[in-house]
Amino acid sequence: MKTIQNIGITLFIIGLAIFTALPFLGTFKLNQTTFDELITSQGIKSEVFIQDLKNTFVDKEFTGIQALAPIVKGVIDNANEVHDKNKEWGKKVYAGSGDMATAIRKASAYGFIPENKGLLWLLTFGLGIIGSLMFIIPQVVTLGKKGIKNDHIYHQSSTNRGWIAWLVFIFLVSFYLVLYFKAEYAVNWTFLVDPISESLSGNPAGQWFVYGFMYCVVMTVMAIRMYIKYRHNVYQMVRTTSVLFFQIVFAFLIPEIMVRLQLSYSKGYDFKNAFPLDYDFFFSWNLKELIASGGLGMFILVWGIVLTLVIVPVMVYFFGKRWYCSWVCGCGGLAETLGDPYRQHSSKSLFSWKIERWLIHGVLVFAVVMTGFTLYGFFAETGTVLGIKVQSIMNTYSFLIGAIFAGVIGTGFYPIFGNRVWCRFGCPLAAYLGFVQRFKSRFRITTNGGQCISCGNCSTYCEQGIDVRAYAQKGENIVRSSCVGCGICSAVCPRGVLKLENGPEEGRINPTEILLGNDVDLMTLVNKK
Amino acid sequence: MEHIVIIGNGIAGVTAARHIRKLSDKKITIISAESDYFFSRTALMYVYMGHMKFEHTQPYENWFWKKNRIDLVKGFVEKVAHEQKKLFLKDGTTITYDQLIIATGSKPNKFGWPGQDLKGVQGLYHKQDLELLEKNAPNNKVCKRAVIVGGGLIGIEMAEMLRTREIPVTFLVREKSFWNGVLPSGESEMINEHILDHHIDLRLDTNLEEIIADENGHAKAIRTDKGDIIECTVVGLTAGVTPNINFLKDSGIELGRGVKVNRFLETNIPNIYAIGDCAEQHEAIGNRRPIEAVWYTGRMMGETLAQTICNNKTEYNPGHWFNSAKFFDIEYQTYGWVFSERSKKETELHFHWRHSKENICITIAYDAATKEFLGINTFGIRMRHEIFDRWLTAKKDVFYVMEYLKDANFDPEFYKSYENEIVVKFNSEFGTQIQPRKKSWKRIFSKA
Repeated sequence: MKTIQNIGITLFIIGLAIFTALPFLGTFKLNQTTFDELITSQGIKSEVFIQDLKNTFVDKEFTGIQALAPIVKGVIDNANEVHDKNKEWGKKVYAGSGDMATAIRKASAYGFIPENKGLLWLLTFGLGIIGSLMFIIPQVVTLGKKGIKNDHIYHQSSTNRGWIAWLVFIFLVSFYLVLYFKAEYAVNWTFLVDPISESLSGNPAGQWFVYGFMYCVVMTVMAIRMYIKYRHNVYQMVRTTSVLFFQIVFAFLIPEIMVRLQLSYSKGYDFKNAFPLDYDFFFSWNLKELIASGGLGMFILVWGIVLTLVIVPVMVYFFGKRWYCSWVCGCGGLAETLGDPYRQHSSKSLFSWKIERWLIHGVLVFAVVMTGFTLYGFFAETGTVLGIKVQSIMNTYSFLIGAIFAGVIGTGFYPIFGNRVWCRFGCPLAAYLGFVQRFKSRFRITTNGGQCISCGNCSTYCEQGIDVRAYAQKGENIVRSSCVGCGICSAVCPRGVLKLENGPEEGRINPTEILLGNDVDLMTLVNKK
Repeated sequence: MEHIVIIGNGIAGVTAARHIRKLSDKKITIISAESDYFFSRTALMYVYMGHMKFEHTQPYENWFWKKNRIDLVKGFVEKVAHEQKKLFLKDGTTITYDQLIIATGSKPNKFGWPGQDLKGVQGLYHKQDLELLEKNAPNNKVCKRAVIVGGGLIGIEMAEMLRTREIPVTFLVREKSFWNGVLPSGESEMINEHILDHHIDLRLDTNLEEIIADENGHAKAIRTDKGDIIECTVVGLTAGVTPNINFLKDSGIELGRGVKVNRFLETNIPNIYAIGDCAEQHEAIGNRRPIEAVWYTGRMMGETLAQTICNNKTEYNPGHWFNSAKFFDIEYQTYGWVFSERSKKETELHFHWRHSKENICITIAYDAATKEFLGINTFGIRMRHEIFDRWLTAKKDVFYVMEYLKDANFDPEFYKSYENEIVVKFNSEFGTQIQPRKKSWKRIFSKA
């Protein structure tokens, strides 16, 4: 068993190493035809730019490691300077240098990588999947009898913030930085999944397809790990299946198929992604697109509004915010699968709770105010509201919250700060659901009378940083806006103290001074006060 | 301002301190030689197993004590001089009190076995015992085999701990079946099987005769009363605990096995009280033992004594008995009284159900004549404390319990439930026609 696992780790590391090396490899050479196609598709009218770019790129060799974006930026700046001087506003180039560089690379790659997509897929994704499964599946045997399997979590470098955890941290953060800010380096990755993308949507893959595909693969593999680790716990099995289903079908397949069918709403839509997590839903370009897309567009518009205003709060009333955060949501799905080994790292201090409340509600306010601005701008048909450019608010949010917070910090920091950093400190939808859960819901974690022994397993393994024990040891039910109902506190409790339940609102919050089991008179005397 | 001094920062002492603070403004000092801050003793095993770090066993953050004006003193009390209301600490300092609470807990039993003080021989109770075990048994290279002596809750926990580091364990149990002084035979039998499933060399009906030393004064083997010599590097002594009260020997405070207290938890000396593991009732309360070394009772005594100290003189009057434990992967809960065959009265009868494959079973005790429900042991099924507490108070009969058993289930959602099977077996044994009722929120939350 150990041998199989070690072979698995080796294969995984080889796959990961090839994947990591890919951005720095490859050869690129742009020929005249492709160059012309590219210029046409980007709708560029500046001859200065076209001539310059042609001189720089056409029939010239580039390697993977060379950054093209700065070169493109130089060409753009130069062209725009000329046009500014000549007051030729119509000819100015607005295309981003990063996007342009990415497009050039995608169109001009030749040689081993684009010619051996299948082989390279096997050497990266293939080895990664096989290797990790060879590591995970033997756990059916090595973990021993079914039950709670947290042995040695705090003895291992990978799960105790040791050097492995820091390496994973560096890898994840770099991956997200490339994805969001240096997409030209992701081009070689897109070749690996081109065949899959073409078979789904008919289009070659971009970096977001790589991300979406990888997301599904990682979740599936880590869901298998969940099934093995929690095989005694039906709640965990059902919940894991649910998040996996919603990720693969709703977030990945349906949008791709929508594109394939060339529906009027051309970019595909994730029907489960509710505003304000889906923060650009009310951006004016999206509204315009939806309205212009006829029946389907209108349906999505109405669905998006009903989802946020009706479905989400009503479901939270009946089941708690868990129905979304740990059963449906993609961010939650990754956190509950890839992130499960790191759940113990969330800080339980009162100080963290204070930061959490300021931050998450701050982001919610930011999202709502921004949406107010964009809606006002949309209806008033103006780009400036109260003297502020709407576009710059949107850009700030997309950069700070959408990319840095949700992506780089949200997932990159898993191995150090736990798997729910984004969900706990940043997600505006979670903040909204939290209000409903705290003030109007049937959901609670029931504390079983006086059975708590204050051992601390529940608090340690709460991914949302709730000090569960603080409530349980006082005999109080846990009613907290941040609880995503993952059910792990209940699973790890050695004394059967905690149970996630949907019940009557009355008696849901039950402050007690004296715990059940002590003299009945004393209980009534003190608890009545 | 009145000065309340508490010796011992375990669950009893800390609960008393917290409640005194809630009820009053008195000056509170807690003295402990064991640790800087309160921690959950029951969680020490998880630190060794790597589920948690030691800091996770501390239920309150370090700022909590200052904020609540509870002074913490690290020191060992050597002498109590009650005439002067003064404590003498090992480091030479003294502390004066107005009211003194003794909450010093227990220490592992040693029954005078030859070799019981050798190196490598240890109990598992204090924080220091955990540190020692980490030194004695860091892995299976240093510790080639461990022998655990004493088949109780700490013994089986220690076996579980050592097994996580793949250390071979021999488990000596005096009884003919694990913990059968407490558990009825069906349950005890199931735990025996589970211990063997975890690859432990379980030796029932076996006593320790002697621990044999090597040339360095370290344990190298033990000899059992069957004459077997078992080589080992660590010997765990887990044959129960005894009150930790040596320092009170000549203090004038009345001692038995523990500190003798009345129902108000008062000792024979005015203004001195004892709570938790170290307190011994003059007369046992109900079916309880005079000394109850249980987390929950320590907490209850703390809650009660705080009332008395804050001018609401209150008897210690525990409600219905309850307890819980975990045997490797099997959770155990008990509500009310279920006695083992060894200790039960003739009027107590049992209904037992066990799952055909899984490690799940329950035993329900009832009165032979009245059929009154006396208590339940459950293994592998979680039950609702409040429901059983209510049924015990209302003196429901065993038929009622069967009919409404679904209300009491506390297993996580989507778990398979076994009430129907249980009731079918009950009906066939009792010739009854009970139909289990569907779970009702209304009944569960009604304040009957």
